[in-house]
Amino acid sequence: MDQRSPTQSSTSAASAETWSHPSDQPWRRFLLTNRAALGSLAVFLAMLLMFTIANPVVFTNWTLYASVLTTLPVAIFLTVPLVFIVTVGEIDLSFPATMGCAAWAFALVVQAGYDPIIGIAAALVTGAILGWFVGCLVVKGNLSSLIATLGMNFVLRGIILIFTEGKSISLPSLSDSWVFQLFSSELYGVPVQIYWAIAFTIFSMFLYTRHRFGVHIHIVGDNPDSAAQMGINVNRVRIGAFIFVGIGAAIAGVFSTMINFTWWPTSGDGYLLPVLASVFVGGTPTWGGIGTVLGGAIGALTVSFIQTGIVGAGLSGFYVQFFNGLIIILSLLGHRWNQIRYR
Amino acid sequence: MTERLIELRDITKSYGNVYALGGVNLHVDKGEVVGLLGDNGAGKSTLIKILAGAVKPTDGEILVRGKSVTGWNAARSREAGIETVFQDRALAVQQSIVRNIFMGNEQGNRLGFLNLKHEIAEAGRLMREIGFTSKVFTPNSIVGQLSGGERQGVAIARAIYKQADLIILDEPTTALSLTETAKVFHFVRQVRASGRSILFIGHNIHHVYDIADRFVVMDRGKVAMQISRDKVKTAEELIWFMEQIAHPEHKSQNAKEPALKRKAGKL
Repeated sequence: MDQRSPTQSSTSAASAETWSHPSDQPWRRFLLTNRAALGSLAVFLAMLLMFTIANPVVFTNWTLYASVLTTLPVAIFLTVPLVFIVTVGEIDLSFPATMGCAAWAFALVVQAGYDPIIGIAAALVTGAILGWFVGCLVVKGNLSSLIATLGMNFVLRGIILIFTEGKSISLPSLSDSWVFQLFSSELYGVPVQIYWAIAFTIFSMFLYTRHRFGVHIHIVGDNPDSAAQMGINVNRVRIGAFIFVGIGAAIAGVFSTMINFTWWPTSGDGYLLPVLASVFVGGTPTWGGIGTVLGGAIGALTVSFIQTGIVGAGLSGFYVQFFNGLIIILSLLGHRWNQIRYR
Repeated sequence: MTERLIELRDITKSYGNVYALGGVNLHVDKGEVVGLLGDNGAGKSTLIKILAGAVKPTDGEILVRGKSVTGWNAARSREAGIETVFQDRALAVQQSIVRNIFMGNEQGNRLGFLNLKHEIAEAGRLMREIGFTSKVFTPNSIVGQLSGGERQGVAIARAIYKQADLIILDEPTTALSLTETAKVFHFVRQVRASGRSILFIGHNIHHVYDIADRFVVMDRGKVAMQISRDKVKTAEELIWFMEQIAHPEHKSQNAKEPALKRKAGKL
């Protein structure tokens, strides 16, 4: 007969030793830590399923995906650093103009006959300097990043227009260069840009969760006072996030110029709202302290896909904006339900 | 002769025309527990924020192990071996326990990439040491899920990880239950036994009386009195002293008054 009572501690203590927290199981841990990113993936897959049901012929054809995969990387290079800046509790609306300026530097260097790799370096330096400048303006000037970066977006775009008088730069020589082969050709029928975008996303994921920079971004976004009390240089972390956005915008600018062989003075303009939407569709909340790089990349995929998808599904282009908004609202509702905010 | 760990000389802090501190002298020796007492607005919190480097003094000198320091800030303070458990605990509540324990002190390689395995193992060890009995929480749990006492535990775990020479506890027992308070006291005694120092700030005079080797009473931005433990017989006597400082115009009928005055004056 079993003599053990519920209060008898000998057996219960033994079982407590082997009892483990559910989050110790690897797959559950994965689910918990990536719930926002997985949520965005679910949104994307549901959308894809809807489109495929609407028009099975088009959505089982690879050419549609290949066209999305060419333009998607530009959005990813913009979205991923923006996740960092939202996590740190700021916002940067100047990235389209930074992208334009950095790509301008790239175009000027290539036009002058230098190797495109020097152009890329020039673009990266331009992006970093502009990011640093915008960051200093917001952090040292103690300005609202929403307004200050919006102003900087106009200022930088204005500078481009004043100096170029609206003229574009075409770069036909690009197609012969090895840099073009490396960054803008095709590999196994897939646009090579997407490999670079995936590499950038994976690098950023490590930077975000396993590097001092990313960890400080989280803490500063969560509680800047505590971060300062514990010896973290809050201003430097914030400016660092702005510099990262500048670098991401520069990469995006270079890729977009290489796709078109032309730099336009409006380069980057159309990205402001879709990229902002991608960050939040991806599952990064607006209040700072937490976020998901992978989700951001998936959000960029979702937002980039809507336009192609709507037309591919046989609806007229007039439906694009409506569905764009619908997807944004639905994903926000989904993330709200999926997330808990701790205070 | 005991080693002087840290010394503040003529520290002043003003916010515009308002003086929060008007020339404070304070020192902490190696291996002693100093109890810092005083009313609300006496300048206790400002003083410890200056020690922690979170607030810059308007004027005055800070000496660490006898050497004057310049460019004092939070990072320098932690480098000098001072760990502070702030009253608000200075936690980032959306982050995990391990991230809070290693806040500003992330363990990683030279490129800045973190050694998560090492950090999580260390955080688990510290959590057991500090008395996290509940197995519901792992080092990866979010601090926002924890109770007030457990959050305090995380803040203390952060302070003990570095084996700091001086641990500043700013009202560590406020809003804690009796058992949690007992845990804090146990921790203070452990730290003293290991030869390190503690600066204990408290509202509750009985708590401070129980734990400290020396009492420093602040009043209106100045150190009004310093007295060592062996000169005060009971907590009531300490309270009486503090009342005298707060309301010097109230002439007490207490017969012990002259003797106590003499004792206090000696230090």
